Amino acid sequence: MAEFAAHTVKSFDEDIAQLRAVITRMGGLCESQIAESVDALMSRNAEAAQTIIENDKRLDALEAEAEALAVRIIALRAPLADDLREIVAALKIAGVLERIGDYAKNIAKRSAVVAQSQPVAPAVIIPEMARVVVEIIRDTLDAFVDRDPVKAVALLQRDQQVDEYYNSLFRALLTFMMENPHYITPSTHLLFVAKNLERIGDHATSVAEMVYYSVTGQRPAERPKNDFTSTVYSPE
Amino acid sequence: MNQNPAIGHNTVPKMTARDVNVFYGQKQAIKNVSIDVSAEHVTAFIGPSGCGKSTFLRCLNRMNDTVDGARVEGRIELDGQDVYASGMDVVQLRARVGMVFQKPNPFPKSIYENVAYGPRLHGLARSKTDMDEIVESALKRAGLWDEAKDRLNESGTAMSGGQQQRLCIARAIAVDPEVILMDEPCSALDPIATARIEELIDELRGRYAIVIVTHNMQQAARVSQKTAFFHLGTLVEYDDTSSIFTNPKATRTKDYITGRYG
Repeated sequence: MAEFAAHTVKSFDEDIAQLRAVITRMGGLCESQIAESVDALMSRNAEAAQTIIENDKRLDALEAEAEALAVRIIALRAPLADDLREIVAALKIAGVLERIGDYAKNIAKRSAVVAQSQPVAPAVIIPEMARVVVEIIRDTLDAFVDRDPVKAVALLQRDQQVDEYYNSLFRALLTFMMENPHYITPSTHLLFVAKNLERIGDHATSVAEMVYYSVTGQRPAERPKNDFTSTVYSPE
Repeated sequence: MNQNPAIGHNTVPKMTARDVNVFYGQKQAIKNVSIDVSAEHVTAFIGPSGCGKSTFLRCLNRMNDTVDGARVEGRIELDGQDVYASGMDVVQLRARVGMVFQKPNPFPKSIYENVAYGPRLHGLARSKTDMDEIVESALKRAGLWDEAKDRLNESGTAMSGGQQQRLCIARAIAVDPEVILMDEPCSALDPIATARIEELIDELRGRYAIVIVTHNMQQAARVSQKTAFFHLGTLVEYDDTSSIFTNPKATRTKDYITGRYG
């Protein structure tokens, strides 16, 4: 992407840099919260789960900081054109990252219940699914920092992989529950965990769309969706 | 970049300029500017100091005629009529294309006489009653009637800056113009007076073709529907105001409106 000349008022650049730094920290925190919540789930580590739940407050605080900064910039600088688009995008991205953090916290909460029952075989897909989701978030935030629309638009396809994981896990868990009714409780929780990861993938993708809009001023073309579970009656 | 960023209204333009060049002596102030001004919109001219936006504005009603060594080339039309044609009555032209300046400049006369001056010059009133009506209606349209109706015989220069500027707008309106040119009409006013002028521009929109030169980017964004960005005597970009301020196409426009210029 084109390099930008500095603003005549230098503190304007500093304000924007500070806002970008807050968003980047939120993104990094989201990545670790997701990865650690899935670790806690798989390793049945209730203590780690508790730490994750606590850490979510940091994301909430960062979101408030991003919002205050964005409001300040809008009030003092009256940004226009790409500046305006970036500030508005940052404001929305902060909100989405906070929401992503809530999903990670929810995974941590569920891990306590899952830890109380026997392992559920199909759960082995979850860490793999989480790895892809974390990658999408990392690359999305990279695209945001680099103001790279090519990278952002490439990410829009990646969510399909998450949807595919979710589809197969959904079917596997339904089958597993039919065959093992004792496992309905942990399986249901795992289904929600998978759904959380699927939602995170969607949110991360919407962040990539915001980055694309922020940089180019254009909306990306409609993206493909591969989550068909809403219409599944029973696993085939 | 687009060969001609200017032309491209869907509506019939009120004024058109084609390949306009302006020289002050040896110095070229405007280079090949072509633009259409619509009667339905407020058009804003923006750009850094010395970019030619005021010079160009002043071509539209031949105010540059009074500047020594100024030479205008190209064609400017009002409703298809050549503004620079030899038979053109310049006084008549300036009645049709009125102007409001940066500093309010009421005549050192009464409020009433400030407004009545133009209509009298152009023989628009047949009686005192006629003239009273014209003055009242112009002051009303300029949003000044309530403040002025009880002091019509006081001097126009005794009013506040914002009131003086609205008086100048009333004076321009009184001769029933078709186009109103405003050259930084708010730059000498406080925020409240500025807001009243902006509100007035909004009310006058549609009745007159309005062209406003402003250094205040937010003001251009608020009051206009079309924005033209001038730089170094050329028209860089001319588009819907919403596009110019959220997604400008030219890098020079973007750098200027985001405060990165120079």
